[in-house]
Amino acid sequence: MGNEILKAPIGVTGAANQDVFSETLQELAATDRNIVVVTSDSRGSGKLVPFGKKYPAQIVEVGIAEQNLVGMAAGLASAGKKVFAVSPACFLTARALEQIKNDVAYSNNPVKLIGISAGVSYGALGSTHHSLHDFAVLRAIHNIRIVVPADSFETIQAVQQVAASEQPYYLRFGKKPMPLLDERGETTFQIGKGRVVRRGSDVAIIANGETVYPALQAARKLSAENGIEATVVSMHTIKPLDEKLLSELAVECKAILTVEEHSVNGGLGEACASWLLKNRYHKPFDILGIPDEYTVTGSQVEILSHYGISEIGIASRVKTLNTLT
Amino acid sequence: MNLEVKSTEYRRNILKYIYKAKAGHTGGSLSCIDILNVLYNEVLNVSPETFTSPDRDRYIQSKGHCVEALFVVLADKGFFPESDLETLCKYQSHYIGHPTRKVNGVEQNTGALGHGLPMSAGVALAAKMDNRDYRVFTLMGDGELPEGSNWEAALTATHYKLDNLCAIVDLNGLQITGPTKDVCNTEPLDKKFESFGWAVRHVDGNDVVALKEVFDALPFEKEKPSVIIAHTVKGKGVSFMENELKWHHGVPTEEQYKIAMQELSPAP
Repeated sequence: MGNEILKAPIGVTGAANQDVFSETLQELAATDRNIVVVTSDSRGSGKLVPFGKKYPAQIVEVGIAEQNLVGMAAGLASAGKKVFAVSPACFLTARALEQIKNDVAYSNNPVKLIGISAGVSYGALGSTHHSLHDFAVLRAIHNIRIVVPADSFETIQAVQQVAASEQPYYLRFGKKPMPLLDERGETTFQIGKGRVVRRGSDVAIIANGETVYPALQAARKLSAENGIEATVVSMHTIKPLDEKLLSELAVECKAILTVEEHSVNGGLGEACASWLLKNRYHKPFDILGIPDEYTVTGSQVEILSHYGISEIGIASRVKTLNTLT
Repeated sequence: MNLEVKSTEYRRNILKYIYKAKAGHTGGSLSCIDILNVLYNEVLNVSPETFTSPDRDRYIQSKGHCVEALFVVLADKGFFPESDLETLCKYQSHYIGHPTRKVNGVEQNTGALGHGLPMSAGVALAAKMDNRDYRVFTLMGDGELPEGSNWEAALTATHYKLDNLCAIVDLNGLQITGPTKDVCNTEPLDKKFESFGWAVRHVDGNDVVALKEVFDALPFEKEKPSVIIAHTVKGKGVSFMENELKWHHGVPTEEQYKIAMQELSPAP
């Protein structure tokens, strides 16, 4: 599966990252009986029904009970299981936050928390189902790494790497099919190291998850229409942040824009801003995300477009930043 | 040394280190110490040598605030030198007011209430998956029972037939605000657990002989998780502390400490 996807041409509509997660986990479970999935009535939305059918002894259903999902996952992990606790990101990281903080992170039980249908994936289901807070709350908790893959390649790599790790992780996935981003033929992926998917010397666009692709589209548009050359980074790991790459971008580019499907408060943008400011970066900088307001209603695409998290919106924001350089 | 004498020794140490630290959960540690005594001396197959064995029994203390009881027992069992407890609640000490895994012998970091049972259920389920025979014990306070996470786990433990899981409720009847029945009544507790599919036994939780008998009877029913409702006295063993709310986290004065230690003098 992995190779076929990696060879797919740019721009071809791919699979949803959370579907790729599920397929990757099935492959891992085939040779490792210690891989265990814990779900809270979420195997359908997590595309884990095939996993459950294939490996019924390796899936634990707790019902709609997220606190118990994470507490039990911690117990299972402490006893040697490689646990993937899968639940919609909105519930997992809010309802069960204390279990994440204490049972997983503080007790150092190496659970892999999988937030599915993240950001505004649930669109018109509304704010109860949106997770625009998860980066912020988890960034403030010690001993949990936060990874937000952008495409199938990153998803496969991330799942394989966290499965082999004995540290707690939070992986965040959306449910929209995502094209591959391998414009530069990148074949290496390392957690904690941002993936540069395009090089340009004018502006750096640092995005993650499902916002990387519109950022790449915006960069192409800016190049074609405005002569602005943008570097595009998939900053899949928010914590630990790739400070080395940030310092390079700060030197190479004349402005930096961050893009994320998260509140502008406490997410990728503020993580970058904090580091850059502390390291004497004084060039133009902006954060594009969901503003601090009651989110507009609509589908995921409509919500993101409303706030400018789209090819056109990102290009527009970059042009504004570029005038300040 | 018989269990009764051991309980007295533990109670003296609990008071000794709380008095030195000028901090601690005195009443609850004295109510649950007989349970810990019987668990660590008669029931659990854990020792410093076996603590990393995948087949060891697990003890997860959900009522983490009564950590002084756990620490004196772990010290007695050789997990660390008792002198370490001189640093209880001191700057940079690992011996803080709740259990942490930085202390040898502690299984999980607890302190926030309602966490022990879900984690214990997870460990017990792992034992079933791996066909291992170890058992999992968790000690809960009666005051923490309104936490909803307990009841989520109570459902799951039954669903997965975790008869290798035993919850012990230290039912001392008092919590920081007052009697548990006045704060949030959880009675009839046995009926609640039974309706969740658990096998229930009552015991005098300050009677080491009765405790040993009830632990020896585990599992109470095949394919059901077990809960022991241990009726205890908060502040047990020190006359002026028994059933007195102020000793929830009261620290004795020098005079009170002397009187308490006289009352807890080893049997002749």
